[in-house]
Amino acid sequence: MDTSEDILQQVSPDLVRGSDTARPAKAARLSPSFVSWLQAGPMMLVFLAFFLIPLVFVVIVSFWDYNEYQLLPAFSGRGYTDTFEGCIAQFPDLCTIAKTYLKTLKLCFLVWAITLFIGFWVAYFLAFHVKSKTWQMGLSLLCTIPFWTSNVIRMIAWIPLLGRNGLVNSGLIKTGLINQPVEWLLFSEFSVVLALVHLFTFFMVVPIFNSMIRIDKSLIEAAYDAGATGLQTLINVIIPLAKPGIVIGSIFVITIVMGDFITIGVMGGQQIAAAGKIIETRVNALQFPAAAANAVILLVITFLIITMMSRIVDIKKEL
Amino acid sequence: MKEGRPRSFYVLAIFFAAYVLFLYGPMIAIYVLSFQGPQGGLTFPMNGVSTYWLTKLFQGTGIIDLGASFRRSLLLGVIVMAVTVVLSVAAGMAFRRKFKAQSILFYSAIASLIVPSIITSLGISLEFRIIDDLIKAHWNENFETSMGLLTSGLGAHLTWTLPFGLLIMFAIFNRFDPRLEEAARDLGATPWQAFRHVVLPIILPSVIGIGLFGFTLSWDELARSSQAIGAVNTLPLDLQGLTTTVTNPDIYALGTIISAVSFAVITLALGTIHLLNKRQAAKGSDAGKGLV
Repeated sequence: MDTSEDILQQVSPDLVRGSDTARPAKAARLSPSFVSWLQAGPMMLVFLAFFLIPLVFVVIVSFWDYNEYQLLPAFSGRGYTDTFEGCIAQFPDLCTIAKTYLKTLKLCFLVWAITLFIGFWVAYFLAFHVKSKTWQMGLSLLCTIPFWTSNVIRMIAWIPLLGRNGLVNSGLIKTGLINQPVEWLLFSEFSVVLALVHLFTFFMVVPIFNSMIRIDKSLIEAAYDAGATGLQTLINVIIPLAKPGIVIGSIFVITIVMGDFITIGVMGGQQIAAAGKIIETRVNALQFPAAAANAVILLVITFLIITMMSRIVDIKKEL
Repeated sequence: MKEGRPRSFYVLAIFFAAYVLFLYGPMIAIYVLSFQGPQGGLTFPMNGVSTYWLTKLFQGTGIIDLGASFRRSLLLGVIVMAVTVVLSVAAGMAFRRKFKAQSILFYSAIASLIVPSIITSLGISLEFRIIDDLIKAHWNENFETSMGLLTSGLGAHLTWTLPFGLLIMFAIFNRFDPRLEEAARDLGATPWQAFRHVVLPIILPSVIGIGLFGFTLSWDELARSSQAIGAVNTLPLDLQGLTTTVTNPDIYALGTIISAVSFAVITLALGTIHLLNKRQAAKGSDAGKGLV
């Protein structure tokens, strides 16, 4: 068995098992493998045309040359050298690009830690404390609904609250805690992290909830019967069993934040540089090879983080 | 359930309530503010209550033609929805049998979901630029561009909706009893008949869920549209454009309208799913429930 079947076997045992029991129908004139191609082919074609080939183009174009007007299809490292301009000259001081990537990692880490904390306890509450199935459904739906509306709307929703004359500032002034409006609430790293947490905690809650709900409740009872405290049960039973969900949620949040340029743009007042913003800026300047070079760098970093995470937890085994 | 709740229940219940408030509070604020009076600004307190800013959107006095982008987003969303449903159901069926390239398709879907949107979007735009250059060089010098709402834009949205569709199909067929289909075959049904009369009615509620996912994901999609949609704008793109120049509550009014469409679609879909489930429970046999 190859690895993907291993994973599928674990994700959905019936899918693979079902294949053994499927018998060719009497009237079937098409061979099963042809039918499979017919069924899966269209989706594969979409991914090929709009995902795999574009990725290849990103890598190729990152090595092309360019001028102010157009792409020049000739090998060049200019996309990369432009990106790292001045890095060696400034050493040991950090150059702009290194600072930008460090800032992106910092934002990413903050958002990850906060969403993980909130997501874990929200999922825990839903999975273990809400006993009735109807309530469980209803409350999970409540958490899911905002995910269905535009991210930009959910970002700008913070403006009336955090702005200079927003609810928070006017409230603080009225209570006499401050004399002047606090400026760092909006268009700052604070507002970026806040908005990202607001937008993407959903991606933590769902996978963690999914793995928690599959935990056999008798295991927890057994832990209590064996004399474990609540904390010991949490650390030794629940967290290890919820790990797959935690890792999947983390991968989602980290990849989204690493590539984000919209939230950081809107909530940072277009002032905060981040990996995704660099790509957007380069594209707007029509410097496609430089944009592509940054995309490759971003892709490599994201890939490294995912690999590291899957080292911590063997995803293949845990799925 | 009356056995008394542990203290942690109350602590976490408060935590959960705070999270829900955090989730909804700001959004409710802008829905309320979109009913700001004509003299009102971007923040509280409200300066009168009116539908001034909502109606102003439809008069098209703004810098952008919202009506056109509204129709574009709607058209794209409906097409994305249809394509997502058909391709996801088909691929989901394929995964019930072993087939070559299974792992490639599986990993492509997962990768498409987690590769940052800006990279996918940039890749698609580069791909179409290169196609344009080729057409200009070899066939037609006056060719403008092959990028557009229903070419590069549609493709970009599908790379986002199809992985969700496929994963939902996995979840569906996880719970699906293949014996139902076998029974149909034993009774002489062709594969198509077995699908049409046995499989499809059972999975229909979840298929509607996929459609709902497809439409709303496309309707709200921004990151992948940003580089790949060509010269035209979708509604979220217009909205993002407004955020840099915003001075009036019309941006909140626009936000409220976009949300209203999303919520209407969700409600419609959930209602239909609920109805279908009820119908299945009432009219369905005991099939699928097993013998014991």
